[in-house]
Amino acid sequence: MPTFKSFPLPDTAEGLTEAEILSWHVQPGDEVTVNQIIVEIETAKAAVELPCPWAGVVTELHVEPGQTVDVGTPILTIDTDPGGAAAPAPAPAAATPSTSDSAEAGSGEEEMKPLVGYGSKAVQAKRRPRKAAAAASDGGATVARSTVQAAFERQQGPASAPESPPPPPVVPDTPAALMEPGGYVPLAKPPVRKLAKDLGVDLRALAVNGDVITRDAVQQAASGAPEPSTVDTGYDAAARERRVPIKGVRKHTATAMVSSAFTAPHVTEFLTVDVTPMMEFRAKLKNDPRFRDVKLTPLAFCAKAVCLAVQRTPDVNAFWDEAAQEIVYKEYVHLGIAAATPRGLIVPKVRDADGMSLRQIADSIEQLTAVAREGKTTPAAMANGTFTITNVGVFGVDTGTPIITPGEVAILAFGAIRDMPWVVDGEIMVRKVCQLSLSFDHRVVDGQQGSQFLADVGALLADPATAILY
Amino acid sequence: MSSPDEWTHPVPGEGPPATAAAPTAERVIAGLRATSEGGEDLVQLLTPEGERVPNERFDRYIADVTDEDIRGLYRDMVLVRRADRESNALQRQGQLGIWVPLLGQEAAQIGVGRAMRHTDMAFPSYREHGVAWCKGITPQQLLGIFRGTDNGGWDSAATRFHPYTIVIGNQVLNAAGYAMGQRFEGKVGDDSDGTAEATVCFFGDGATSQGDVHEGFVWASVYDAPLVFFCQNNQWAISEPTERQSRLPLYQRARGYGFPGIRVDGNDVLATLAVSRWALDECRHGNGPILIEAFTYRMDAHTTTDDPTRYRLSDEVETWKLKDPLERVRVHLIRHEMADDAFFEQVQAESDQMAAELRDYCFNMPDPPVRQMFDNVYSEPHPYLEAQRDEYVDYVAGFAGGEH
Repeated sequence: MPTFKSFPLPDTAEGLTEAEILSWHVQPGDEVTVNQIIVEIETAKAAVELPCPWAGVVTELHVEPGQTVDVGTPILTIDTDPGGAAAPAPAPAAATPSTSDSAEAGSGEEEMKPLVGYGSKAVQAKRRPRKAAAAASDGGATVARSTVQAAFERQQGPASAPESPPPPPVVPDTPAALMEPGGYVPLAKPPVRKLAKDLGVDLRALAVNGDVITRDAVQQAASGAPEPSTVDTGYDAAARERRVPIKGVRKHTATAMVSSAFTAPHVTEFLTVDVTPMMEFRAKLKNDPRFRDVKLTPLAFCAKAVCLAVQRTPDVNAFWDEAAQEIVYKEYVHLGIAAATPRGLIVPKVRDADGMSLRQIADSIEQLTAVAREGKTTPAAMANGTFTITNVGVFGVDTGTPIITPGEVAILAFGAIRDMPWVVDGEIMVRKVCQLSLSFDHRVVDGQQGSQFLADVGALLADPATAILY
Repeated sequence: MSSPDEWTHPVPGEGPPATAAAPTAERVIAGLRATSEGGEDLVQLLTPEGERVPNERFDRYIADVTDEDIRGLYRDMVLVRRADRESNALQRQGQLGIWVPLLGQEAAQIGVGRAMRHTDMAFPSYREHGVAWCKGITPQQLLGIFRGTDNGGWDSAATRFHPYTIVIGNQVLNAAGYAMGQRFEGKVGDDSDGTAEATVCFFGDGATSQGDVHEGFVWASVYDAPLVFFCQNNQWAISEPTERQSRLPLYQRARGYGFPGIRVDGNDVLATLAVSRWALDECRHGNGPILIEAFTYRMDAHTTTDDPTRYRLSDEVETWKLKDPLERVRVHLIRHEMADDAFFEQVQAESDQMAAELRDYCFNMPDPPVRQMFDNVYSEPHPYLEAQRDEYVDYVAGFAGGEH
């Protein structure tokens, strides 16, 4: 008679739960010998070849190469007695190895039982039933045992609750034999023993189930019962706190920032720059007729500098595609300008900013921030950025450690421009100084690229004439 | 499974297993360097080609070894290797939780194992299956601890083979203490009636970086303990090459502690036997301790959980196959007509039968009673432990269906 045995995927290391089938070395119909290599699998630890546990003929492979299967899942069936006459049933299908097991003789099933460190899913999930309560309460059950029993009975719910014995007293739980002198010393750390001795507390009276006795337990025993703890807050919470539902922009911002902060490893670098030449240039341009009707902010210069610097360091204008396991380098710059609005933080994008002149960038920023402040920015206008500038300077703040907008790899914080003492040619002078800080995703950008980019932006602001070099 | 080609690729012609990582250049260099640097101080009596080379100092320690004895050493190594390969396969079939292969270290273990008397005590790490064999422990008895059904598996007092120690280097302290005891009890010095004793402590190259090993060296040294420190330098502490353990050959460390150290070809069973006999003899006469560095190679993974292709080249393994401990004895036996085909066939048949029995035993191994895990924790009855045991046995008995 053919005897079918199915081989459950073993745990080839310690505590693995699954493995990927790399390739089969046998096919249905093949004759196999004991310890012949039948399959190669890859676990979290290693690629491993599995030897066949029995000799016989392969009747069916239950899993395909490329498939990841749980430990304990039958992966192939072998007929260990193919010479037997008149095979009655075909090999069991993938879904039915358990059926074949149960149909088999008891001894056969015994061999397939989970043995070490793992079990087939069915066996693992099964919880053996407890014996009836009556069986437990007969004879001289120890206190400890009835404690366990009672705890279990309570879990079973109201149906069996009336039959369960009343819960035993909790404290004198230590078997009497252990209370005899020399038999058992309650567990407590030396300083706690000293404390107990000083306070005149008998540790034996505090021993519960052999647990380690804590300092608190000793102090409590010395001072009597603990006082009920009622905390007086001193004020009516409802009257002095305001609760605002988390929704809308706040909710979106929170989600995006948490997601970014916990997926992208942030690195932030800082640079302090003397931007006097830029401010002088700006003053000059303001008198230029071509810039007559536009608000030429330092932010526009910063945006232009970013667009130029990206050319040299495209790494900061990229995207970590986790799903595809690829880094996507963008050949365009959709520059996000973070704007504070009554609705919260809005980041509209200056589309294709890399192809724009300073004047065009200034126009765009003016227009986008105006729309944002009116709360009319459309979701489409906020999507698909490639780089973000947050202008913390408008709040009079020097710098910050900005969090990267999800989907991008870097963000620049543009600080306030202040009159500061600055050393020029060995002398302290009053100059226009501002701080830049760049946060970048270290998965994509290394310190070298980040630093180069930040230095480039700084150089462009410190001396706008260097733009001619790009 | 005795052909070297079948060790790492049981199916001839199969390539190396696909893995995610490759060894670093540094590791490759370190690993290959080990293949050429046994050094001039290496004691070798049988070359990898099976040639017996004379050695003025150590020849006399194997002068009494007959052809029959050499055949016996060969048989030991074949059977131990077969038991090791079968156990490795049993792990891959889900019958053992883990296995620690000894492949390649048979000569080192059989050499020292056969040099020991029954009264000599052994403190193994967890790879000393060959020493266990010499101490009369069957491969079956080793399986319990790897299947998780036993904390030991043998009577360490009767067999004089301490339970396997998993903590790296920890057994060196136990061994130092035991050997000091042998000296305090006067079992060292006069061996005229053959009753003097010694202890052998086993550890690997990785363990030499452990504090416990240092402490054991110090204690054994200053108390002249009859202790042979037997370090099997198999070149790899899991993935770390010996180069990351020591800047000088390991056997030279002994000098710093004030006792002799010697490096022996651990793939040469005759040399290991001779050097071990010398070292044990010195120890029994009160001239211990002694460090033996058996220069050998771990042909397989550190354990079944390890993937050595991630840190070393298969070229390195191939090089060491040329120094195989079994092959050189086999060639020696054939060349000098010390064994005929019938002998090799008989050993093969014996190993086949042993493997089948081991397999059968493992598949049908009973689960031990629950209370067994509380046994042998203390040498004397312990009321607290007994209370725990009774409570747990009662708890387990509360489940329907079976004793455990």
